[in-house]
Amino acid sequence: MALIDTVREAERLMTICNACRYCEGHCAVFPAMEMRLAFTEGDLSYLANLCHNCGACYAHCQYAPPHEFAVNVPVTLAELRAQSYQDYTWPPQMAGVFERNGLAVSLVTAASLSLFLLATALLVDPAVLFAVHADGDFYRIIPHDVMAGLFTAVSAYVVVAFAMGFRRFWQQTGESYASFGRPRPFLQAMRDSLTLRYLDGGAGDGCTYPTEAPSQSRRVYHHLTFYGFMLCFAATSAGTIYHYVFGWQAPYGYLSVPVVLGTTGGIGLLIGPAGLLWLKHKADPDAFGHGRRGMDTGFLALLFLTSLSGLLLLVLRETSAMGVLLAVHLGIVLGLFLTLPYGKFVHAIYRFAALVRYALERSRAAERPEA
Amino acid sequence: MTVFEQSFDVLVVGGGNAGLCAAITAREAGARVLLLESAPYFYRGGNSRHTRNLRYMHDAADGIMTGPYREDEFWDDLLRVTKGKTDEPLARMMIRTSADLGSWMMARGVRFQPSLGGTLHLGRTNAFFLGGGKALVNAYYRKAEALGVAVVYEAEVTDLAIEDGRFVSAEVVHAGERHSVRASALVVAAGGFEANIPWLREHWGEAADNFIIRGTPYNQGHVLRLLLERGAMQVGDPRQCHAVAIDGRAPKFDGGICTRVDCVALGLVLNRHGLRFYDEGEDFWPKRYAIWGRLVAQQPGQVGYVLIDSKAVGKFMPTVFPALQAASIRELAGKLELDPDTVEATVTAYNSATRPGTFDWTVLDDCRTEGLDPPKSHWALPIDTPPYYGYLLRPGITFTYLGVGVDARARVLMADGTPSDNIAAAGEIMAGNVLGEGYIAGIGMTIGSVFGRLAGKEAATHGAH
Repeated sequence: MALIDTVREAERLMTICNACRYCEGHCAVFPAMEMRLAFTEGDLSYLANLCHNCGACYAHCQYAPPHEFAVNVPVTLAELRAQSYQDYTWPPQMAGVFERNGLAVSLVTAASLSLFLLATALLVDPAVLFAVHADGDFYRIIPHDVMAGLFTAVSAYVVVAFAMGFRRFWQQTGESYASFGRPRPFLQAMRDSLTLRYLDGGAGDGCTYPTEAPSQSRRVYHHLTFYGFMLCFAATSAGTIYHYVFGWQAPYGYLSVPVVLGTTGGIGLLIGPAGLLWLKHKADPDAFGHGRRGMDTGFLALLFLTSLSGLLLLVLRETSAMGVLLAVHLGIVLGLFLTLPYGKFVHAIYRFAALVRYALERSRAAERPEA
Repeated sequence: MTVFEQSFDVLVVGGGNAGLCAAITAREAGARVLLLESAPYFYRGGNSRHTRNLRYMHDAADGIMTGPYREDEFWDDLLRVTKGKTDEPLARMMIRTSADLGSWMMARGVRFQPSLGGTLHLGRTNAFFLGGGKALVNAYYRKAEALGVAVVYEAEVTDLAIEDGRFVSAEVVHAGERHSVRASALVVAAGGFEANIPWLREHWGEAADNFIIRGTPYNQGHVLRLLLERGAMQVGDPRQCHAVAIDGRAPKFDGGICTRVDCVALGLVLNRHGLRFYDEGEDFWPKRYAIWGRLVAQQPGQVGYVLIDSKAVGKFMPTVFPALQAASIRELAGKLELDPDTVEATVTAYNSATRPGTFDWTVLDDCRTEGLDPPKSHWALPIDTPPYYGYLLRPGITFTYLGVGVDARARVLMADGTPSDNIAAAGEIMAGNVLGEGYIAGIGMTIGSVFGRLAGKEAATHGAH
């Protein structure tokens, strides 16, 4: 019922917006809307995932509530976007996790943490667990193969879940897989997402978030979060190469490639999510909704805790706290990984796919001879 | 200390584009400025919140507009639409003074976008606000407040004390309380009276009840009436206004841009009797939409009915309300509550008068009628491909032209022609000085911006003591 209402509301809004079009310079949603006269459920889901929730179209809407047209595009598209995450979930039985996402993320993380703490408490000799390992050797606490095996399996599952979600999204757009791979639109979408082009408000001043005054703060904090995440990923990859290619065992020195990458990324992952949470706290709920099921908060908190526990582990790895901190850090990371396909992270998959589709539509429109 | 107990050099009445330009200019010149807006926060900005672009003179493409638009061309355009009902020295001064508007606005937070969909033919002459008029209004309020302009919403000016053409004080009602506000100078930028149906009825009779007001319900014209009663010179014809034909299902007030119906040039327009009354294909719709409000207002019942066939679909801006649809002309006539026999006869007569040509809705093409009165000069394809679509049209009033006279410094002229010492006017309330009749896209914002800045500058000279 709620889904049907949201789809109808989105359709109503797009009909109003398509007759107005004042917002066409703000982002990709409105030019994509202008290519259509009517809106199928698939179109609306695509538009919802194209929306970056920057709020410009609400702050600048002469039809926003209390106007009788009561237009609030960001809130409606956010609702529809969250619904679409559920629709695309793999396996479909897991869709319900999005319903109460904050709770689910908390429970999974608590479970992962408990698992690591219990396992280390039961399997590791307390003398070893609480000992000071002068070289900070993690593998004395948890053997490398256990750690690597567990996270490889979880990562494989996550990748499959993402792929299946993407497949459902892409099928609903009606586009072929061959067009997804067309280099120019793909590269355009890469550029648009890596620069967060659609958080620039259309004129480069930034988005109207958390208030109606344009600001770059959201973009900056998102960049810190995203590139922080990527640096941490790069750190792990570098560690893997060290281990398997060069046979160098962790822990690595403070100036080694994995640690420098991980520390830099970790700092980004502290400031970025904290900043985004702070902005979210300041944002006008009328403009951006009252937050949906704790999804954004849960994910951001987990990223922050991942980074915090990781950095603490780095700093305290040569103390007696290392054993417990390692278990805590790995527990949080496992919680993060397990919930990746069932939380806010999936926006990256669908938004990127939506941007590719937008670039495809633009290139087709440009190829058409008629003006 | 409440804001009404503080002292101000300049009182600006009206918080739309013109009032904001005046307040910002006066404040930048050092004056202490109080701006009173009668609407609540959400509806602030008057009709400016529904605008999208303005026209300003420029000698070359400037990144916002695609090519030059010089003084003489601007003047010619204005002369043509007003049929000479304009004040040439004042209008030419306005055009010349508009040249730096783009950069002035950008420096105060307004952003422009390249001209895109649905704005055919305006890319060279008009600059489009990124996000539309409300984005502009928001930017100006941010700027004004950052500069230290005091702003009070829901503040209604109920009386003006004017002695020998000199502003003394204003009576203001705010939150149920009456205040007397004194200032060295007054800027009136409080709009026209288009939302005041009883006033419209004085000049249009009962027809006024069928008008739809496209903009803010707060433009009641109270300040305009006060000024006229206190001895200001009246300019403009009370029946003249910017009125377009819009969807008859639009809200009574504040429907704004999205109630437009842009398919007139692609179809036929009938009156309540099922008969055509004007050349639908006279010129491009963006150049003609401003005459259709008046044309419809002059028809019985103030209604028109636009008919298109499926060939027109996708060639005009989507409408906010769906068209009525039918498989035959007779069925469509029934749905529009028109006499099917007459409508069928009108369409048949038109179809047989169309001459073969090469249809191209992006140019003034050679598809026209022969021997038909009134003719359809362009885009005259037969209406013969079902399904057929119809829209009910009503006059949608944007703003009125009756106002107070001003001089080249935006000073209000008193009835005897002498300029007021310390009262300036800007925007709709004085638009009739340059726009006696007709309309060209974006001119209302040009008038508001140019005279707003002049009024602010003029008013600030009185505050500096």
